[in-house]
Amino acid sequence: MNSFKKNLLKKRYNAERRFQWYGKIAIGLALSFLAVFMFQIFSKGYSAFQKTWIVTEVHYDKELLLIDAESPSKDDLENADYYDVAYKAMTSLDTGLPEEEDRQLIQMVSYKYEAEVKDLLLKNPDFLGKIVPIKLTASDDVDQVHKGNYPRDIPEKNRRVNDYQLQIYDMLNERGDILSEFNISFFTSPDSREAELAGIASSFMGTVFSILVCLAFSFPVAVLAAIYLEEFAPKNKFTDFIEVNINNLAAVPSIVFGLLGLGVLLAVFNLPRSTPLVGGITLSLMTLPTIIIAARASLKAVPPSIREAALAMGASNMQTTMHHTVPLSMPGTLSGTIIGLAQALGETAPLILIGMVAFVNTIPGTPVDPAASLPVQIYIWSESAERGFVEKVSACIMVLLAFLILMNLAAQIVRHKFEKKWS
Amino acid sequence: MNLILVTFIILLAFTSYYFGRKKALVIQSSQRLTALPKFYGYYLAAWCAAPALIIFALWSVFEPSIVKTFILQDYTDQNLTKNELQLIYTKVKALAAGTYTGNITNFLDESANKYIQLKGIANSAKVAIILAILIFSLSFAYRSVQKNDRMREPVEIFLKWVLFVASLGAVLVTIGIVFSLLFEAIRFFQAVKIFDFIFGTHWYPAKTFVRDGQPDPELMKDAFGAVPLFAGTFFIAFIAMCVAIPIGLLSGIYLSEYAGRGIRKYAKPIIEILAGIPTVVYGFFAALTVGPFVKEIGNAMGLQVSAESALAAGAVMGVMIIPFISSLSDDVMTAVPQNLRDGSYAMGATKSETVKKVIFPAALPGIVGSILLAVSRAVGETMIVVMASGLAANLTMNPLESTSTITAQIVVILIGDQQFGDPKTQSAFALGISLFIVTLLLNVIALSVVKKYREKYE
Repeated sequence: MNSFKKNLLKKRYNAERRFQWYGKIAIGLALSFLAVFMFQIFSKGYSAFQKTWIVTEVHYDKELLLIDAESPSKDDLENADYYDVAYKAMTSLDTGLPEEEDRQLIQMVSYKYEAEVKDLLLKNPDFLGKIVPIKLTASDDVDQVHKGNYPRDIPEKNRRVNDYQLQIYDMLNERGDILSEFNISFFTSPDSREAELAGIASSFMGTVFSILVCLAFSFPVAVLAAIYLEEFAPKNKFTDFIEVNINNLAAVPSIVFGLLGLGVLLAVFNLPRSTPLVGGITLSLMTLPTIIIAARASLKAVPPSIREAALAMGASNMQTTMHHTVPLSMPGTLSGTIIGLAQALGETAPLILIGMVAFVNTIPGTPVDPAASLPVQIYIWSESAERGFVEKVSACIMVLLAFLILMNLAAQIVRHKFEKKWS
Repeated sequence: MNLILVTFIILLAFTSYYFGRKKALVIQSSQRLTALPKFYGYYLAAWCAAPALIIFALWSVFEPSIVKTFILQDYTDQNLTKNELQLIYTKVKALAAGTYTGNITNFLDESANKYIQLKGIANSAKVAIILAILIFSLSFAYRSVQKNDRMREPVEIFLKWVLFVASLGAVLVTIGIVFSLLFEAIRFFQAVKIFDFIFGTHWYPAKTFVRDGQPDPELMKDAFGAVPLFAGTFFIAFIAMCVAIPIGLLSGIYLSEYAGRGIRKYAKPIIEILAGIPTVVYGFFAALTVGPFVKEIGNAMGLQVSAESALAAGAVMGVMIIPFISSLSDDVMTAVPQNLRDGSYAMGATKSETVKKVIFPAALPGIVGSILLAVSRAVGETMIVVMASGLAANLTMNPLESTSTITAQIVVILIGDQQFGDPKTQSAFALGISLFIVTLLLNVIALSVVKKYREKYE
C-alpha cells in the first residue's frame, strides 16, 4: 500500500471518529440542557418549601382588646380590637425606637399579622390577659434575607430591607427567634399579592377541575369516535375527510383553541368567564385528537383473530366490538388519555385567552368558580416583580413537574401492566 | 330547572330499561324472544332519552336568541347600534335577575317584566313539550316491545349513530375554529383593508384605542400592519431551528446508527422529556436565566443587548424542539432498509460515509417532514415568546433586539377584559387565522412528505 492510500485511509478513519463525536456531543448537549434546566429550577425553588417566622411576645391585654366582659364569650373575642395588641407585639422588639419609626418594625412581618394574633387567641381563649410567645409570618423581604437570596451588601437606598431592619433581623436571629419551618401554607393558601402569603391552593384546584372537565368531555367522545372510525366507518371520501381533519387538528397551535374558546364558548354560549369549566372544555377540544389517535392505534393492535372468533360464535359486529375489541384495547386507550391530559395540564396560552389569569384569592369549590391553573399561576407570578415570587415560581414549577411525572408514570404502568402482548 | 328536567329524563330512561327487561322476561314465559332481554330494556331507554334530550338541547340553544329578539323588538324604532342594543339587553337581564344597580327607567322596567314573562312561558312550554315527547316516544316504543319485534337491530343501529355523531366531534371542532376565527376576522377586514394588514410594516394596535365613537380610519390604516409580526415569528422560529436542527439531527443519527441498545433505550426517552416540559416553564427559564445570561455576554463583548432578546427566546425554543427532530429522524433512519447499509459497507465505506451518502439521502424526505413539523411547532409556540421576547413589534433582523410574534400579540391583545366589536380585539382573530393557515399548510406538506416516504419503503 503506498503512502497516498495510507493517508487517505487515515483521513477517512479520522472523519469517522469525528462524526461519531459530533453525535455524542449533540446528545450530551441535549442532556445537559435538561440537567442545567432542572438544576436551575430546583436550586431556586427548594427554599420556597421553607417558611420564615418571626417569634415575638404578645400581651393579650383586655383593655387594649376593648373587652369589658368578665368571662368573654367566643363572640367577644371575635369582635375584639386586635390592632393595638398586634402593633405592640411587634414594636416591643425595640422599645428604644421613636414612635414615628414604628412602621419599620411592622414592615418586617406580613400585613396579615393582626389576623395571626387574633387566630392564636381564638384557638386558645385562656391566653387572655397573659403574655405569650407568638409566631408571625415574616415579610417577603425578611424571608428572602433569611434564606440568603437577598444581597446584603448593596447600598441601602437600593435595598428593600434597610440597615435598621437588618440589625433587628440579626438580633432576632442570634436569639433564635427567627424560625424556618416547612411551608404548609404554600399548599393550603390561595394566591396573594404578597409573596410570603401566596400559595398554590387556588390554582391547584383550578387545574384539578379543568382536567376533570377535560376528561369528562374528551374521553367519551374520543373513544366513541375512535371506535366508529376503526370498526364501523365505511371506506369513503367522508371518512377520509374526518381522518385528515383529526390529523390536522392534532397540530393546530394551542392558542388557536384559546381563540375558539373565547369566540364560541364565551361569546356565543355565554359560559362564565375565567372558570375551569370553560378552560376544561377548551382543553378537551385540544386533547380530543390525541386521544382519538391513541385509541385507534390500540384498537388496531387487537388481532383480527379475536374478532373472527367472536363473529364465529354468532356475535353481531356491535357485540364483537363492545364485548371483545374495546375492552382489550382499553389499556392503550387509557394510557394515551393520560398522556393527552398531561399535555393539557401544561397548557397556558388558551387558558389565558379565556380569562383564567384573573387574580383569584379564594379557593374555588366548583368548576364554575373563577380560578387560575398551575401553569397560569407560574405565568402570573413570573410577571410579578417581587423577589419572593421567583422562588415561588420555581416551587410551583416543581409541583407541576411532579404532577406530570406522576401522570406519565401512571400511563406507563397502565400500559405495561394491563396490556396484552399478542405475538 | 334544567337540571331537574335532565335528571328526570335520565332517571326515566333507567327505569324504562328495567321495565323493558322485565317485560321481556314476562313475554319469555309465553313465546320465544327475538333478542336478549336486555335489548328490550335498551330499546325503551334509547327511545325515552334520545328524542327528549335532542329536543332539550335544541331548545336550550335557540331559546335565548328568540327571547332576545322579542325583547329588542320594542327598541327597533330608536335607531340604536348593535352594541347599544346588546348593552340594553344585558341591563334588562340584570334587572330581571335583581342584580341591576343603575338607573331604572320605565321602559327598562317594562322590558324586564316582559323578559320574566317570556322566560316563564318558555319554561312551561319546554316542560310541556318534553313531557309530551316522552309520553309519545315511550308509548311508541312500548308497543314494539309488546309486539315482540326484533330488538337488537334497532338498538345497534342507534349505537352506530351515536358513534358516528361522536366522530363528527372532531369535524365540529375544526368548523368551530374556522368559523369563530373567520367571523371576527371578516369584521376586522371590513374596518382595515386586508392589503394594509398583510403588507403594512407598522404594528401598534394600542394607538386605535378610543373610548367613544369610531376610531380614525387614518390611524387604523397605519396601526395594523402585520409584517413585523410575520417577520418576528419566522425570525424566532429560524433561530430555534438553528439550535434544534444540528443538535436534533446529529442526536437522531447517533441514536439510530451508532448507539447501542442500552444507550438508545435510556437516552431517547430522556431527551423526549424536553418536549414534555410545559412551555410556560421554558418561558420562565428563558426570561429569568437565559435572557440575562445573553445580555451579560453581549455586554461583555461591548454589544447593546436588550434583556428580552429574540436570541434568548429562540434558543430556548430550539431546546424545546430538539426531541421533535431527534426522535422523528431517528425513526425514519431506523426505517431505512438494512440492505442499503449492507451494500454500502460491502463497497468499503465507513459508517459515517454510509450515513452521509446513503442513509441520510434515503431518509431525507422523512427528515424534511420532521423539520417542517418542528417549524410549525415553533411558529405556534406562545408562552416562551410572551415571557422572554418582549411585546413591542419591532421590524428587525438583529437577534439581540426584542421582537414580537403573531402568538405573543394575540395574548397581549386578549389578556384581561376584551371588548367584542373593537378592531383591536378583532385583529387578534385576524392574526389567529393567519397563524392557523400557516401551520395548517406546514402540516399538510409535512404529513404528505412523510406519507410518501413511508410508502417508498413499505
